[in-house]
Amino acid sequence: MSALETINLSHLPASWPVHVALYKDVKNAPFLRQQLISGNSDFEYALIDASMILTRTHVLSAVFRAINDYTNARLKSRNIHSEIVFSLSPANNIADSFRKFGITDSTKDLLVVKVSVTPEITHESVATHLGASIEGSAVPFNDETLVATSDVAKIKKAYKLGGLAPTPAKTNDTKNHERQRLETALLGAIALRGAL
Amino acid sequence: MTEYKPPPLPSPFTHTTPPPTLLTQGAEAHLYKTTYLTPTTPAALKIRPSKPYRHPILDRRLTRQRILQEARCLSKLVREGVSVPAILALDWEPQGQEEKDALEGRAGGAWLLMEWVEGLVVRVVLERWEGWMKRNTQMGEEQRKGEESRVRYLLRRIGHVVGGLHKAGVVHGDLTTSNLMLRPTAAGSSVEEDGGNPSMEGEVVLIDFGLAGHSNQDEDRAVDLYVLERAFGSTHPRTEPFFDELLQGYHEAYRGAVSTLKRLEEVRMRGRKRSMIG
Repeated sequence: MSALETINLSHLPASWPVHVALYKDVKNAPFLRQQLISGNSDFEYALIDASMILTRTHVLSAVFRAINDYTNARLKSRNIHSEIVFSLSPANNIADSFRKFGITDSTKDLLVVKVSVTPEITHESVATHLGASIEGSAVPFNDETLVATSDVAKIKKAYKLGGLAPTPAKTNDTKNHERQRLETALLGAIALRGAL
Repeated sequence: MTEYKPPPLPSPFTHTTPPPTLLTQGAEAHLYKTTYLTPTTPAALKIRPSKPYRHPILDRRLTRQRILQEARCLSKLVREGVSVPAILALDWEPQGQEEKDALEGRAGGAWLLMEWVEGLVVRVVLERWEGWMKRNTQMGEEQRKGEESRVRYLLRRIGHVVGGLHKAGVVHGDLTTSNLMLRPTAAGSSVEEDGGNPSMEGEVVLIDFGLAGHSNQDEDRAVDLYVLERAFGSTHPRTEPFFDELLQGYHEAYRGAVSTLKRLEEVRMRGRKRSMIG
């Protein structure tokens, strides 16, 4: 009954699919965070606080950047999965990016990302392990679900986009339009991180 | 003559299926159409290939500087709400593909993935309109007025966008009608043509920030306007008489317009280059 989605991102090798699952009401966040801290390699995932994710494109852009940095051999953090969390951040501080975007003890909604960097990592192996390890209800990884889980104010703050100029209200679909504007600003921040 | 072969694509686009299609190339960059994240999301890919005749260290520095300059300007304008293509992804020093590049420490160029903008460039829209007007010389006074007001409205919107650009503290550096696009707004309201007369509905989008930069000087803004004015004069003779409408739109969108327009008069007298060097 897992809702693990396996995605092939444009331009990246087809042998490296990305597995993503979204969980609501996660009960064992402190345990999961502890596995990361202790470096338990069975738990090598990008564990992301879903309230910090605006849309699918938002998080997949960070995944794209992390994999591209990995293939160019210039990871700034320990592995490709920690790099995904770091790639979400607009700033260069790794610990800070984990505090802001990574799982915390109080995380309720959790987004899990795993990249198949070796052939042993498959949809089945990831689905089985997540099913056994995460106490929460799996929900589909789509923009409709993320509308409910995302905390727009917190996201704006993390990206320092509080003063994002409002668009002239030409469209009647203002709410949706604002979200799209914010998304494009986030993508720019992710792409430009480290460009001094 | 041997067929032209564009330089090899940098990583990660070597795996891309189907491969990106080359749209245009300039002296510094190649523009491709490809996708982003999913095969159904179109995107524009701008590649600045490394130049083999430059010293590797200098080459890397220049390529990096220029791609970042462009990306920073776009990112700023997106935040300011100016209609420009959004940045999707960027790499200022991907690995070289060839072994000899790696040996020389040469990067494989730099690339910038941008949002795909549908529609036509304003140059084409105006060329079609002017062609249509030429073929229909015997139209009535009223119809001619109607046609002119369509063009005036387009020019005014262009003025608004350029005003918004300057208000954000960015100058384009190469404002021509080829670097302005007209993006059809609502889905389905494509670029309808009425017997060769193009639609002028849609959102004006600024593209190609390869020469853009931050500036707070009237001089730089006036030169932007001057270059655009000259572009109208040389490529759109029937539209040029309405250029004032564009300046009017500029004035409406940008508060500092008065001093910029004053400076524009000076620039008109002497040309684009203030210093007589280079």
